[in-house]
Amino acid sequence: MITLTVDGRETQVEEGKTVLDAARQLGIEIPTLCHYDGIEPYTACRVCIVELIGQRGRRLAPSCGYLAEEGMVVETTTPEVLEARKLIVELLLARCPHVERVRELADELGIGEPRFTTENPDERCILCGLCVRVCEEVVGAGAISFNNRGADRVVTTPFGLPSEACIACGACAEVCPTGAIRVEGDSTVPHLELDLGPPKAIHKPFAQAVPNVPVIDLESCIHAKTGNCKFCDQFCGPDAINHDMEDQFEEVEVGSIILATGFEPFDGSKLVQYGYGRLPDVISGLDFEQMSNAGGQTNGRILLHDGRTPTSVGILHCIGSRDENANEYCSRVCCMYAMKFGHLVREKTDAQVYEFYIDMRAFGKGYEEFYKRCMSEEVTFIRGKAAEVTDVAETPEERGKLIVVAEDTLLGEVRRIPVDMVVLATGLVPRGDTANVGRTFGISRSKDGFFLEQHPKLAPISTASDGLFIAGACQGPKDIPDSVAQGAAAAGAALSLAGAGVFSLEPITCSIEETVCGGCKICVSVCPYDAITFDEEKKISAVTEALCKGCGSCAAACPSGAAAQRHYGDKHIYAEIAGALMEVTSGESVT
Amino acid sequence: MNEEYEPTIIGFLCRWCSYLGADLAGTSRMHYPANLIPIRVMCSGRVDPTFVMRALADGADGVLIAGCHPGDCHYQCGNYRAAGRYSLLCDMLEQFGVEKERVRLEWISAAEGEKFASVVTEMTNDIRRLGPLKWNGNGAKADSPALEE
Amino acid sequence: MDKLKFAIYWAASCGGCDVAILDINEKILDVAEIADIVLWPIALDFKYKDVEALPDGSVDVCLFNGAVRNSEQEELAKLLRAKSKAMVAFGACACFGGIPSLGNVSDREHIFRRVYQETASTANPDTVYPRTVTEVPEGRLELPEFFDTVKSLAQVIPVEYFIPGCPPPPDLIVTVVNAIATGQLPPPGAVIAPDKALCDECERERSEDKTVKEFRRPWQFIADKEKCFLEQGLVCAGPGTRAGCGSRCIKANMPCRGCFGPPPGVSDQGAKLLSAMASLADSEDPTEMAAIIGGIKDPLGTFYRFGMANSTLGRVKL
Repeated sequence: MITLTVDGRETQVEEGKTVLDAARQLGIEIPTLCHYDGIEPYTACRVCIVELIGQRGRRLAPSCGYLAEEGMVVETTTPEVLEARKLIVELLLARCPHVERVRELADELGIGEPRFTTENPDERCILCGLCVRVCEEVVGAGAISFNNRGADRVVTTPFGLPSEACIACGACAEVCPTGAIRVEGDSTVPHLELDLGPPKAIHKPFAQAVPNVPVIDLESCIHAKTGNCKFCDQFCGPDAINHDMEDQFEEVEVGSIILATGFEPFDGSKLVQYGYGRLPDVISGLDFEQMSNAGGQTNGRILLHDGRTPTSVGILHCIGSRDENANEYCSRVCCMYAMKFGHLVREKTDAQVYEFYIDMRAFGKGYEEFYKRCMSEEVTFIRGKAAEVTDVAETPEERGKLIVVAEDTLLGEVRRIPVDMVVLATGLVPRGDTANVGRTFGISRSKDGFFLEQHPKLAPISTASDGLFIAGACQGPKDIPDSVAQGAAAAGAALSLAGAGVFSLEPITCSIEETVCGGCKICVSVCPYDAITFDEEKKISAVTEALCKGCGSCAAACPSGAAAQRHYGDKHIYAEIAGALMEVTSGESVT
Repeated sequence: MNEEYEPTIIGFLCRWCSYLGADLAGTSRMHYPANLIPIRVMCSGRVDPTFVMRALADGADGVLIAGCHPGDCHYQCGNYRAAGRYSLLCDMLEQFGVEKERVRLEWISAAEGEKFASVVTEMTNDIRRLGPLKWNGNGAKADSPALEE
Repeated sequence: MDKLKFAIYWAASCGGCDVAILDINEKILDVAEIADIVLWPIALDFKYKDVEALPDGSVDVCLFNGAVRNSEQEELAKLLRAKSKAMVAFGACACFGGIPSLGNVSDREHIFRRVYQETASTANPDTVYPRTVTEVPEGRLELPEFFDTVKSLAQVIPVEYFIPGCPPPPDLIVTVVNAIATGQLPPPGAVIAPDKALCDECERERSEDKTVKEFRRPWQFIADKEKCFLEQGLVCAGPGTRAGCGSRCIKANMPCRGCFGPPPGVSDQGAKLLSAMASLADSEDPTEMAAIIGGIKDPLGTFYRFGMANSTLGRVKL
């Protein structure tokens, strides 16, 4: 351990640590630009200048790269330090007048306009070399580097040509202190305030994730792709990152299954007349929810795409629901959430709110009362589904606005309502993989595409197969109270199966008559469950009852009549046919 | 064609899909002709061509076999077996002189109450047009004394 | 001890069953020892009136081969029924209708027209067809009535025993004769053949994968002698046919055609065979499935080769 003094306070650091590390350990702040924890220091920007006082007198040194020495004395805010730093920042400001971080530093140091000529006011790169270093040392791609010298120095690819070595990992943009490097993606959200950008390779999926630990997305992890990086290891104190973890497939034998696979929001861009994805201030229900959340990009403020607060908002009900051209069913939750949005807009802004609805479905506890409250908060309800949202103005008042066109059925006229922002109350649709999941578990789908319950009234969480339950929105659109109720019901049903200790099967299995079977093995070949085996000794086929599911395929395929299904035997079916045709054969009415 | 003649159709419906689809047509109060008498089997793969011929010989004017859609069979592949048997049975019934509209194979899922109703309506109309089958075969019973079970 | 009385009659028949009886060779002398034959048109000169003169029930066993397709055959069936203690449907035709019952795809009118009018070598300008009654100068000529529909024996009269086969193999005939001689016949109604399906005595190798991607005809290639016919794409009625014939056809490298009729419990052999063969077609694609199934030509003739009279539908629609 090395002992040194910073600003009069003693501290101890390990060998190999820098003066900056020592200062930070003491809680002393030294500004930096080209320093990034975990990347080798380059001392390019010189902003972290400090004064070292030693035997050879006082001298200035960049603290980020200067190794701590035993008995060193450091001063971080002497007049010499501040003078030097001021000049450094003034030079940087002259080079990059629009870089916010440099402007901030300049303001802190009391710098006004720089005395030096600005060559290119749009310049943002301060030649700190962080991007070069991270690309070379951490990512291992080495796609960019410094070119030229002196005043002509730039960071670029070889010959300025598009680089094949670049793996588009975005590390350079991530470490750049001035925003000089941006990754150009294909974000489909035109509302930039909502653009969350691509998630980091190592991140927590969301704040409430269980377990509440970060995960590594192997698709964007540099180590997973190149074998290099492992930058994250430097920051994990308990060394808890396992880069070699692989997907594991576990087989678990269970007695019952509950499917609670949820729903997907309707994709508003399918209805082109509303402009979702084309007009920047048309957003979906989920977009609004994200924006309004205090933990979101805008910290909960309702903003237009250019950062202004809207003065009017149109909320369009039944987008993708109750619609012959989309889904015929009602998505059940949208009226209430649309009213919630209206209420939030009124609460957070002074904007006028217009809700365009077909019917108000306020069916639950306290829902109707909330509807009344929204009306009292001066949310305007217009009874008429919006036909389109356009930005083509027909009058001066409409210029620069989004115009919602709807027939107000109570007035009997078509209205054009100009608003700043349009929120589409998009409905709920079955998840895209519902067909495959259904096939995997043997569940049918009802006409609307959601999983089919055993009985819509009397058995909403059971399915046609015993032991297989469904709960929540995967069975049909529903809100939280109903989803919770179904979840509890499904859990109860599943537990009661487990608690019973035994379960009953229908005795409709198949059997093979030994005295007739010739051992042709046709049944063995036909059985979907491999429930029939050939007995080499007796030279006949036999059904393993425990495996037989009672489909009867073997009974129909067996040409000798040896294979038969209990309770669905040929003679039972013949009797049913005869009974069904009794009136026809006797010529008399049976009733 | 007898004006008073009402076709009788026997329907073999699989327990998991088409029988529930027929149920749904009922609970949805759909209107369709009452000419089909359902016989439930566990799977369309249980339907033996013998059943179809029995039904026709015993007085039915038509037979419907209905099962789950391909890929959705509750027992994986029973409906494919049904499809193969139906195809060969159709070839043979043609040789017997039974009009092909009289025996139909349809895929009807548990959610397709409407489809069930429209299939039954279509079949009833088709078979009403064709007239009664009145299959008077050999005039002999299908079970000869020594071959009874 | 009085000798037993046997009657042997042929109806709509090819004569093969009678030849099969003669095929027991020298054992025919043992038969002659225990029984007097009171009627055997192919070999002996008894007349119908000799049979009519017998007391009812005096014939111990009547071996009746051939199906019933005209009024003479029906009359004799009824006559012999009255005169016999035990009627035996002898051979596939009497048991199930046999190949003659394939005539049920047609009817009298069409058959007569074909035979007496349309064949290339027939010249019948006056459209003369056989009639049941014809007056000629010398008197009245009568011919049996030709039925539209061929029937098996049991569809005309009650039958005690059934000996299947086309023809029944000589060793089976010997077994039956011995059983009659020693009074050891099974209870009435029995088919005198094993209950097992033919695969039980077939010696070919068979695997558990019986899926077929293409059905072929026997003339298209020479089949492998060791392997199950089904696995080579050949339709074989063996799985749906009684054993007991010694698998002669199989040993001659030809698939079984089902002449021993169905095992017990199956009333319609053809339908079961159809179901079994179709179950082997392995495809989830409708077009492919149709192509595989299309490889089975003439399903009626293939599956009902011997059993048309006994089939559920019985005959082609009139």
